[in-house]
Amino acid sequence: MMQKLFHYASPQNFYPLAGKLWPAFALLATGLTVWGLWLGMFVAPTDFQQGEGYRIIFVHVPASWMSMVIYLAMAFWALLGLTFNTRLSGMMGRALAPTGAIFAFLSLWTGALWGKPMWGAWWVWDARLTSELILFFLYLGYIALTSAIDDPRRADKAGGILALVGALNVPVIYFSVKWWNTLHQGASVSLTKGSSMAQTMLEAMLIMGIAFWMYAIAMALYRVRSIILVRERHAQWVADLPEVKAKTLEVQS
Amino acid sequence: MIWNSWSDFWAMGGYGVYVWGSFGVTAALMLIEMVWVKQARTKALAHVAQELVAAQTQGKDWQG
Repeated sequence: MMQKLFHYASPQNFYPLAGKLWPAFALLATGLTVWGLWLGMFVAPTDFQQGEGYRIIFVHVPASWMSMVIYLAMAFWALLGLTFNTRLSGMMGRALAPTGAIFAFLSLWTGALWGKPMWGAWWVWDARLTSELILFFLYLGYIALTSAIDDPRRADKAGGILALVGALNVPVIYFSVKWWNTLHQGASVSLTKGSSMAQTMLEAMLIMGIAFWMYAIAMALYRVRSIILVRERHAQWVADLPEVKAKTLEVQS
Repeated sequence: MIWNSWSDFWAMGGYGVYVWGSFGVTAALMLIEMVWVKQARTKALAHVAQELVAAQTQGKDWQG
């Protein structure tokens, strides 16, 4: 098992694996999205307090979850990279960041569109909202930092440190609704208390959550392949790839 | 099925702008990201191929 993990830690072996895996994750994401949207938009009942407006939950909560999960994944890769000095780690971090940034933005955007009709404000400087905004800036900072440093190994190190330090913000976001008196409602799903929602609503939200998760994995795997290609372009195995050979012939003619 | 008609569905009980504004932008950003990663791959392949071709022609120059 460990040996297999180390085998795929090399970009040369991970490239074809990612190529095989991303379509499966993309397919899962598509199927789950259709199912989740059907449940959420056509089966789940109207909320007794928020009417139909609550349906924003089916994109807001999954996007917010993923914005945190992706950052934790980046911190995990950063830790691996900084301790074992594996090349793939930095590439994974960079492949994850844009998707994470998009989800963080979507969390804020859908939150604003939900806040306006329910609270009467697009935005409040509340602990939950502010810590999520910081997360969005951390993503942008990571992307800016890693692309500003020319030497990829140094860029990976700098980015890794930012990812690790910034990860401290994730539990702050998660527990903000408990730690501070916020306008944002508490967790809809809690490991200790169970759920406070109707069964179908909860199911639709969880399915959308898994769908977004699968989407994020598909995107990261697809993106990391392009990063591997460019980073490893001087390696013989890249030159031997059929897609590279085909492109080389195209350039020559 | 909980809706009486399609116009009922699109109206979302008066929250249409907020609900569809959320779902629309989410879908749009995801679609943009898909196009984006596809373009990045095309660019990466072109970049690698161009360097390989350049290296080959340089190699020939040295031999010649």
